[in-house]
Amino acid sequence: MNLQLPSAGDAAVGGLSGSRIIDAIKASRIEFVVSVPDITTSEGLLRPLAREREPRLIRICKEDEGVGICAGLAHCQRRALLLIQNTGLLDSVNAVRGVAVEYSLPICMMVGLLEKEPGVRPQQSKRYGVRIVEPILDAMGIAHHLIEDDSDVAKIAPTIDDAYARSRPVVMLIGRRPAAS
Amino acid sequence: MMKSDECLKALMRHVSDDDIVLPVYSTAFDWIAIKPRPLNYLAHGAMGLASSHGLGLALGRPDKRVIVLDGDGSLLMNIGSLVSAAEAGPKNFFHFVCENGTYEANGGHPTPGRGLVDFAGLARAAGYRSAHTFSDLQNFEQRIGAVLAEQGPVFVDLKVAPSGPQNRDYTMLHGPTARQAFKDALTARI
Repeated sequence: MNLQLPSAGDAAVGGLSGSRIIDAIKASRIEFVVSVPDITTSEGLLRPLAREREPRLIRICKEDEGVGICAGLAHCQRRALLLIQNTGLLDSVNAVRGVAVEYSLPICMMVGLLEKEPGVRPQQSKRYGVRIVEPILDAMGIAHHLIEDDSDVAKIAPTIDDAYARSRPVVMLIGRRPAAS
Repeated sequence: MMKSDECLKALMRHVSDDDIVLPVYSTAFDWIAIKPRPLNYLAHGAMGLASSHGLGLALGRPDKRVIVLDGDGSLLMNIGSLVSAAEAGPKNFFHFVCENGTYEANGGHPTPGRGLVDFAGLARAAGYRSAHTFSDLQNFEQRIGAVLAEQGPVFVDLKVAPSGPQNRDYTMLHGPTARQAFKDALTARI
């Protein structure tokens, strides 16, 4: 469910280190990354993660599958991260509603915001598909955090720990393309 | 064409207390009537996600056999899950579909491609290690033990007759009691 459209704004790189995000994911004791590729996180996150032995990368066909897979893993007390694009999140709203929210499961989602302009708050984006994400999450009662700069990376581990401690879903919105280093 | 409950009774004889079973929709009610047990995983949301939950369980607990009792309507909603399961390749993953050609839980309307779709062929092409189709109960009874001894991912298409009009309380399947019972049972078996 991913769109790949060229955009000068989305091409901006800098201010967010992919390797730091990966370190934070590992520090969060994530054992599985379940993913449909997302252009925002493709080079800085997904490709380096694919080279790692751990966490194990599970490639899936569609994002709602990932909600189910992460739910199954959560029942096994195995931590997982669903790495997707906002288009895939929007496509998976019913799965997130039924499985993550109504069953109160710790489904942790890291969501690239396609073509969000760096430095612009998601709700101020010119992109309709970006603007609506936070209000939809608010309506669903799902906690969300913007990861836009390196200073935001420190939020990742406590956010994931809290999701598992309270058995609640959470979304980490990736606001710009992370650099691969 | 087989009767769904007779297939489930044949399967039941080969399911151990340690196996995780994920039955969907009307199959879930038939299964829990035949084989109530703590490791029945009943809450998989909607829109065909049982196979995905099953894949997560199979990856998370490689020490246990995970048996998904899917529906054909459910699988059609999540057909890509065949490819994802094959790619992940858990050896403990057994994916059954009770193919009755209807959306039984939603009025019994026919599924698209009813009677034409080769589900085992799709699974085989997706990369499942093996795929079987059964339309004769006696044959199924004779071979199911061997099928469950295979290395997964394994796919089994059961050609069954529709059960008829449904009036069942699905809130029981999705409710917190069933979910907590499963979680407690799985945690106790670490």
